[in-house]
Amino acid sequence: MVDANGETPGRSAESPGESLLEPELESRAASAVFDHDQPLKLGSGATLAPYQIAYQTYGALNEAKSNAVLVCHALTGDQHVANAHPITGKNGWWTTMVGPGRPIDTNRFFVICSNVIGGCMGTTGPESIHPETGLPYGLNFPVITIRDMVKAQANLIDRLEIDDLFCVIGGSMGGMQALQWAVSYPDRIFSAIPIATAARHSSQNIAFNEVGRQAIMADRDWHGGNYQRVNARPNKGLAVARMAAHITYLSEKALQVKFGRNLQDRDQITYGFEADFQIESYLRHQGFTFVDRFDANSYLYITRAMDYFDLEADCGGALSSAFKNTKTRFCIVSFTSDWLFPTSEARHIVHALNAAAANVSFVEINSDKGHDAFLLDEPEMFSTLRGFINSAAQARGLNS
Amino acid sequence: MTHAQITPEIQRSDLLLIANMVAPGSRVLDVGCGNGDLLEMLSQERQVDGRGMEISQSGVNACVARGLSVIQGDADIDLKTYPDAGFDYVILSQTIQATRNPKHVLQELLRVGRRVIVSFPNFGYWRVRLSLGIGGHMPMTSALNLPWYVTPNIHFCTVSDFLNLCDVINVRIEKAYAQSRKGRIYSFGRPVLFANLLAEEAILLLSR
Repeated sequence: MVDANGETPGRSAESPGESLLEPELESRAASAVFDHDQPLKLGSGATLAPYQIAYQTYGALNEAKSNAVLVCHALTGDQHVANAHPITGKNGWWTTMVGPGRPIDTNRFFVICSNVIGGCMGTTGPESIHPETGLPYGLNFPVITIRDMVKAQANLIDRLEIDDLFCVIGGSMGGMQALQWAVSYPDRIFSAIPIATAARHSSQNIAFNEVGRQAIMADRDWHGGNYQRVNARPNKGLAVARMAAHITYLSEKALQVKFGRNLQDRDQITYGFEADFQIESYLRHQGFTFVDRFDANSYLYITRAMDYFDLEADCGGALSSAFKNTKTRFCIVSFTSDWLFPTSEARHIVHALNAAAANVSFVEINSDKGHDAFLLDEPEMFSTLRGFINSAAQARGLNS
Repeated sequence: MTHAQITPEIQRSDLLLIANMVAPGSRVLDVGCGNGDLLEMLSQERQVDGRGMEISQSGVNACVARGLSVIQGDADIDLKTYPDAGFDYVILSQTIQATRNPKHVLQELLRVGRRVIVSFPNFGYWRVRLSLGIGGHMPMTSALNLPWYVTPNIHFCTVSDFLNLCDVINVRIEKAYAQSRKGRIYSFGRPVLFANLLAEEAILLLSR
């Protein structure tokens, strides 16, 4: 199992030691700064300026600038999609999908992955310094939406002097961004691959996010969001948020098969509250390692952006009108055991695209790995996406 | 319509005939597209803008892996998501007898497509009649090759019956072909006495 950021977890529960690192793919780290004269106008009505976007690129842009692929990361992901993570040292979170010879072949495509607005890996977010106060933003950071994230990405693409993208791909919140791209910039996106996602965040998903946020805010070290000023970190709250969320990324069956009621390093229960069970140990490990690389306020802001996502409401209630006259080729992917973004959500998107007479493919991949399946070794997902991407590349006139 | 005939690369002659009815460059929806043989041929040889709907997920995934635009869906339920006249042709090959509500499906096809190509096994075929009338068994032929307890085919009709349905819902029959057991294809018109007896399969081009 790999978590939503591509870490291989469960080290405390089973085989110790690091996973083998992929041979390093040449990647370039960069940052684009947008000054006061280029403010980001946000959905809330607020503006953000100045701001910067941290991103990685892989492969080469062709002369016609027609081979650019934007990879959008999920809630706790970042721009390090196919290179070793600078903090954890682990493999990029989607090396199975992006790299030489992978479905998104870096020998063929110019791949861009940027940290979202509100993030904590170099892009401006609540951890950044407020230019007027000289202090970290904390809760003074404006609330952002998925549309704002995409707007910032579009500005980055402008900065890179790329007119239109060959493909925008992402899973979970990354899939929301791919959908938003298709709606906000239909002429700038040749194909879109939204995976394990929805056109609106469900009540259940908002509920889980709220539990996570409350866990963070209940931590004494959160200090009303101003923990940086007093040199504290609400690690316990953030870890609990991560633990709760992580359960939603898996499936009941996957948990049962992997952990069952197995005990952790002991022969019998202790009649106490230590991590008697492997699943407890596993989740605690997930929580503890997560806080090293993620900011608690970023978690609040990004989960809020997901909660506010509702393409249907944005376009007046009929999702199909959001896709009217779209020329983009879509491939929607869902997984049978994903209960966070179930197939019914994918089907809802597909029906809207059908009604708009869009060019759409839809595959449901049989997997017992739950929501996280999109990050894992799922051969059927790779083979179908290879077919879709190759056919789109052919239509775009890109050589194989 | 006159255009170059496609060279027979695939064996199912009904697919070839269907492909030859489709004007190059048109928009096509193949309902029940299976693993995508017809859709791929239409894309390559007829340069159509092709889409498919298939009920089995394995069929859909195979199609998408071939680079075809296909979604999982049920003809009885999911045609309603398509807009009016969004396609030049909608194809329903060897599927109508497996739908729960053939009349409704046919009406939906004619709403979604300006022309509809439909093929189905003819229950009036003389071998079928012989099997049931003399043999006393539900027929099993090359077009109806599964025993009654596993066949997905639940709404059988004869050529004559199908033409009656076309009259009931006021559909124009532009072309009608009968395919013999050996794959020979003949065009036919009314009265359908001979086609009703000799066609193992019928292939019709319909319009509103």
